[in-house]
Amino acid sequence: MRTIDNSVIKIDEPKEAQFDVSKVRQDFSILTSKSNKKQLVYLDNAASTQKPNQVIDEISSFYKTGYANIHRGVYELSQKATEKFEKTRLKVQQFINAKEAKEIIFVKGTTEATNLIASTYARKFLDPGDEILISTMEHHANIVPWQLACEEAGAILRVAPISDKGEILLEDFKKALGPKTRLVAIAHVSNVLGTINPIAEIIKIAHDFEVPVFVDGAQAAPHFKVDVQELDCDFYAFSGHKLYGPTGIGILYGKKSWLEVMPPYQSGGDMISSVSIRNTQFKEIPYKFEAGTPHIAGVIGLGSAINYLERIGLENISAYEKDLFSYATQEISAVPGVQIIGEAHKRTGVISFLVDEVHAHDVGTILGQEGISIRAGHHCAQPLMERFGLTATARASFGLYNTREEEALLVRALYKVRDVFG
Amino acid sequence: MSDLDELYQEVILDHTKNPRNYGKLEATIHQAEGNNPLCGDRVAISLKIDNGLINEIYFEGKGCAISTASASMMTEFLKGKKLEDFHLTFERFHNLVTGKVNSSDQFVEIGKLIAFRGVADFPVRVKCATLAWHTLKAAIEKQEQPVTTE
Repeated sequence: MRTIDNSVIKIDEPKEAQFDVSKVRQDFSILTSKSNKKQLVYLDNAASTQKPNQVIDEISSFYKTGYANIHRGVYELSQKATEKFEKTRLKVQQFINAKEAKEIIFVKGTTEATNLIASTYARKFLDPGDEILISTMEHHANIVPWQLACEEAGAILRVAPISDKGEILLEDFKKALGPKTRLVAIAHVSNVLGTINPIAEIIKIAHDFEVPVFVDGAQAAPHFKVDVQELDCDFYAFSGHKLYGPTGIGILYGKKSWLEVMPPYQSGGDMISSVSIRNTQFKEIPYKFEAGTPHIAGVIGLGSAINYLERIGLENISAYEKDLFSYATQEISAVPGVQIIGEAHKRTGVISFLVDEVHAHDVGTILGQEGISIRAGHHCAQPLMERFGLTATARASFGLYNTREEEALLVRALYKVRDVFG
Repeated sequence: MSDLDELYQEVILDHTKNPRNYGKLEATIHQAEGNNPLCGDRVAISLKIDNGLINEIYFEGKGCAISTASASMMTEFLKGKKLEDFHLTFERFHNLVTGKVNSSDQFVEIGKLIAFRGVADFPVRVKCATLAWHTLKAAIEKQEQPVTTE
């Protein structure tokens, strides 16, 4: 008889009535630590988020009491580990409202998800002269794999432009689609501008041209509820480590109809049903895309992170972060000489800015001395930087544990930057 | 002095805002480019060497305060000096910004360049402080490949 272990799926657990940030902060031990002898103010959440103790403890307890390889062992420990692993797949399916659990593929992260599609979809469907369409605001991880795939197939990479505000120009996007377009690959949320792209509309337009859409959701999934069926996207990817989960684990969602006709990605153990020296039968999806022993503890940790977020409630997190974001936008733009890059109507999570005459790395160093962790540089989005005539920006990015007080400390430190550079 | 004041000393900020020897020598065989793409720091150095003397030296580029000031102060310090002084000064400067102590360093005069000692407390900024120096070395050696310190 199968025993149901409730430590991964906690669907019926009641959501907390109200978002209490001080309670949330107690779950993140690292937030009480010091940085350069000052209280740590962690505002680099778009790069990676901190992990709540629940996630850390779950991983630790799994290694201490429940670890074994999965899908193979006939002994109890392996069976239980397999059960836990596969329950997380169900958990993720519910988290993004996929139709079936087999549409959920465990990967290393968003980058690997993109590479998986670029390698397998392109190998099957990309012919010389075909086109893949991306946008100017993509992260390098949603540019370079397509460049390589196009190069290999003799296909063409096209780029949909964006406005000065940092929004996709839908008319130009439409014009860039054509009978040769085989795939659209686009970010849900920009990692530099914070722009929330009108993904549902973009998908509808692409589908009118019978073009499938891959959505890079790395900066979206941590901030609001993603419903892949409602979006009707063909592929959707996000990373565990930006979702308060461990590094080295991420999700690729793909519509069954696509995944079934795509060739395998990597090959090896755990993805075949039979092998002879001359011939190999691959397993069904999702396993044909999951060669080798996966990051089992990473999957368990990701499941725990999703539990954590669902217990608080994605809608509560969104509402809280919306307030944080508008307060930060208002306060940062009020600092003399500070200019925010990207003024899209709908934004979340990320604020990129420039301080008059001061290079982003100097801003980052001075803020770092004040205990404030932000990112400075091109944020792996050089074509976007070029679009705005920049080489680098400073970027503050927010998560569910940040507070208005921390944002005030950021603003105070920006005045310090101006003081230093007079 | 706090670490920050130590890093962004007056003399460094002055050179950031008003770079010296900014420009380019057209007719010279000694020129090179430096590029730190992650930072977005770029520098180009051009110089004329006559009888083992650095007679003229210019830099062009765009970057953070540390990389700009480093290029500016380097050109100011080395103009009119002997080539062998460059090698000694570079070694001394490198030790200074990486916090290494070398007993022979005390015999090498580096003047205002001592202002860069604060960089040693910021290991990630060493690449900014040394980009111009590595680029100058490449220019002296007539190296065509762009230089990077990342």
